[in-house]
Amino acid sequence: MADTRVTLCGITLDNPVIPASGTFGYGYEFAKLYDINCLGTFSFKGTTVLPRFGNPTPRIAETPSGMLNAVGLQNPGVDAVISYELPRLKEVFFKPVIANISGFSIDEYVQIAAVLDKEVQVGWIELNVSCPNVHGGGAAFGTTPDSAARVTGAVRRVTKKPLIVKLSPNVADIAGIAKSCECAGADAISLINTLLGMRIDIKKRSPLLANKTGGLSGRAIFPVALRMVYQVYEAVRIPIIGMGGVAGTEDVLEMMLAGATAVGIGSANLVDPFICRDIINSLPAEMDKYGISRLSDIIGGAH
Amino acid sequence: MTQSDLTILSNREIATSVYEMKLGGNTISIARPGQFIDLKLDGFFLRRPFSVCDLENDVLTIIYKVVGRGTEHMSSLTAGSVLDALIGLGNGYETSTSGASPLLIGGGAGVPPLFMLAKALVSQGKSVTAVLGFNTAEDVFYKGEFEGICSRVIITTADGSCGIRGLVTDALTEAGDYSYVYTCGPEQMLKAVWSKINTSGQFSFEERMGCGFGACMGCSCETLCGAKRICSDGPVLYKEEIKWPTPA
Ligand SMILES: Cc1cc2nc3c(=O)[nH]c(=O)nc-3n(C[C@H](O)[C@H](O)[C@H](O)COP(=O)(O)OP(=O)(O)OC[C@H]3O[C@@H](n4cnc5c(N)ncnc54)[C@H](O)[C@@H]3O)c2cc1C
Ligand SMILES: Cc1cc2nc3c(=O)[nH]c(=O)nc-3n(C[C@H](O)[C@H](O)[C@H](O)COP(=O)(O)O)c2cc1C
Ligand code: FES
Repeated sequence: MADTRVTLCGITLDNPVIPASGTFGYGYEFAKLYDINCLGTFSFKGTTVLPRFGNPTPRIAETPSGMLNAVGLQNPGVDAVISYELPRLKEVFFKPVIANISGFSIDEYVQIAAVLDKEVQVGWIELNVSCPNVHGGGAAFGTTPDSAARVTGAVRRVTKKPLIVKLSPNVADIAGIAKSCECAGADAISLINTLLGMRIDIKKRSPLLANKTGGLSGRAIFPVALRMVYQVYEAVRIPIIGMGGVAGTEDVLEMMLAGATAVGIGSANLVDPFICRDIINSLPAEMDKYGISRLSDIIGGAH
Repeated sequence: MTQSDLTILSNREIATSVYEMKLGGNTISIARPGQFIDLKLDGFFLRRPFSVCDLENDVLTIIYKVVGRGTEHMSSLTAGSVLDALIGLGNGYETSTSGASPLLIGGGAGVPPLFMLAKALVSQGKSVTAVLGFNTAEDVFYKGEFEGICSRVIITTADGSCGIRGLVTDALTEAGDYSYVYTCGPEQMLKAVWSKINTSGQFSFEERMGCGFGACMGCSCETLCGAKRICSDGPVLYKEEIKWPTPA
C-alpha cells in the first residue's frame, strides 16, 4: 500500500495536497462538489481585520497558460470568519485548516493571529506577506529579509500554532528572505504567491485589469515556483509548502523532489473544480509507477 | 453545478459572426432559464461562459458571438467534438414574479437566455412581449423563433435596417403595458432599461470570471444588498438591488 502521508509542523496530513488560499473560498463551494475531507488540508481565503470588497472589476484576465488576478483580498473580515465561516466549515470539514491572513500593518497581522490562535479548527496560521494586489500592505512585508522577519517575529509572540510565512516570488533573493523568517520563528515557508504581471486591451489601448497589474498564476509559473522551492530548501531546515502552477500528479512529485513537504494547488481548482480530488486519487498509482512506497521519502530527493 | 462532457451536435452561423451550437449530453443540473455553462476550450486556460439559450430533451443550445480568440476557436469546431463543460451555473431568472404580461428586453449577445425564459413564461400561460435590439439587419437572429412563441416581438436596429430604428429603450412605448421586465445585454443597455422602465424587473450581468462557481471572488460587484458574485449570486440581479458604478 502506497503511504501518502506527510507531516507538516507536527500535524500529520493524509496526503500532501492543499488547495491554495484564494482559490478555495472557505471550503464549502467545493464541499458541494465532493467530500473535501479527502484533502490533506486547505488554506482559506486571505483574511484581514476588517471586511474588504477588494478591487474594482475586471479583476481577472487570461494569459498564455495561466491567468492574472487582482481580486485585492476580498473577504468578510476576521470576526465574520470566526462567527460565520468557520462554524459552517465545521459541518463539512473535519480536519485542521490553514488560516491565511493579511494585514496593512504589523499590528493588524498580530491582531488577527491573536484571535485565530483561539480557534480549534485552525491548525496553522499562514502569513500572506506577498499579495501583489493591495497597495500599502501585504507584499510590502515580504520584499526584504528585515521586514519579513519583523512581521514573523511579532506574530510569533501571540500564537503557539505552527506559523507559516507565505513568500512572494517578486524578490531578488528568495532564499535570504526565507532564512530570515526561519530565524524569526517561522515553522514553515509556503511559496510561491503570484508573479506581478499585466495585460493590455489593444482596442482600448489600456490595461485589461482595472487595477492595471495583477498576479500571474497557473501552468505558466510552475518552473519558476519549482526553482524557488529548490533554492529555499537548501537555505532552511523548516518544511516548505510548494505551490505555483501545479496541475497534475507528476507536478506534485516534482515539487516534493525539489523540497516541498506539502503541495499547494491554486488556479487549477478554478478551471477544474475536481482536480485536487483527482490528484489525490491518482497518487498511489503514480507513486507505484516511480517506485515510491512512502511519499515522505522523496521530499528534497532531487538535491 | 455539475461537470459534463457535451458532444457538439451542430454548430452553424446564424447571423454575422453569430453561431448557434447545439450540444448533447447530461444536462440534469440546469434548473432555470438565465443560467449559464462554462466551456473548456483546447489551448485556453480559462473557461468561457455562455448562457443557456434553449434546453429540450437533453439538447442544449447556446448562441455565441465571435469576439476574440476563444469564440473564434469555437466557430471552427465541428459536430462530434466533445467539450468539457461546467453546467447549471448561476442563479437564473425567477419566473414567479413576472405577472401576466412580462416584457423581455435583449441586446445582441444578451438575447440568447431570453429564449429559454420566453418558453418557460409561455408554458406558464403568460403573454410575453420581446424587444430584441441589434446594430443592423445582418446581426439579427432568432426573430422567427421568438415569433413562434411570444405574443409580440419587436426588433430594433441602430441603423433602422430592420424593425424600429434606435435602441431597445426607443421601443418601450411601442411595447405597450407590461407587468414586469426581464433583460440581458451590454451594461449600457441594462442601465438605460433600468432608468426607463416603470415596473420591477430582473437584470442579467456579465463579468470576467476566474472560476464561474463562486470560489475566487473574481467577478464580484457591489449591490445595495452587499457584495455579490456575478457567477453564483447572479448573473441575475433584481432591479431594486442594483448599484451602478456611476450613477444611472
Ligand atoms: C454569465 C455570462 C453569460 C454569457 N452568455 C453569452 C452568450 O449567451 N452569448 C455570447 O455571445 N456571449 C456570452 N457571454 C460573453 C462570452 O463569455 C464572451 O464573449 C467570451 O468569453 C469571449 O471569449 P473570447 O476568447 O472570444 O474573447 P477574449 O476577449 O479573447 O477572451 C479573453 C478572456 O476574457 C473573457 N471575456 C471576454 N469577453 C467577456 C465578456 N463579455 N464577459 C465575460 N468574459 C469575457 C473570456 O472569457 C476570456 O477569459 C456571456 C458572459 C457571461 C459572464
Ligand atoms: C484568484 C486568486 C486569489 C488568491 N488569493 C490569495 C490570498 O487571498 N492569499 C494568498 O496567500 N494567496 C492568494 N492567491 C495565491 C495562491 O494561493 C497561489 O499562491 C498562487 O496562485 C500560485 O499557485 P497556482 O499557480 O497553483 O495558482 C490567490 C490566487 C488566485 C488565482
Ligand atoms: S468567477 Fe470565481 S467567484 Fe465568480
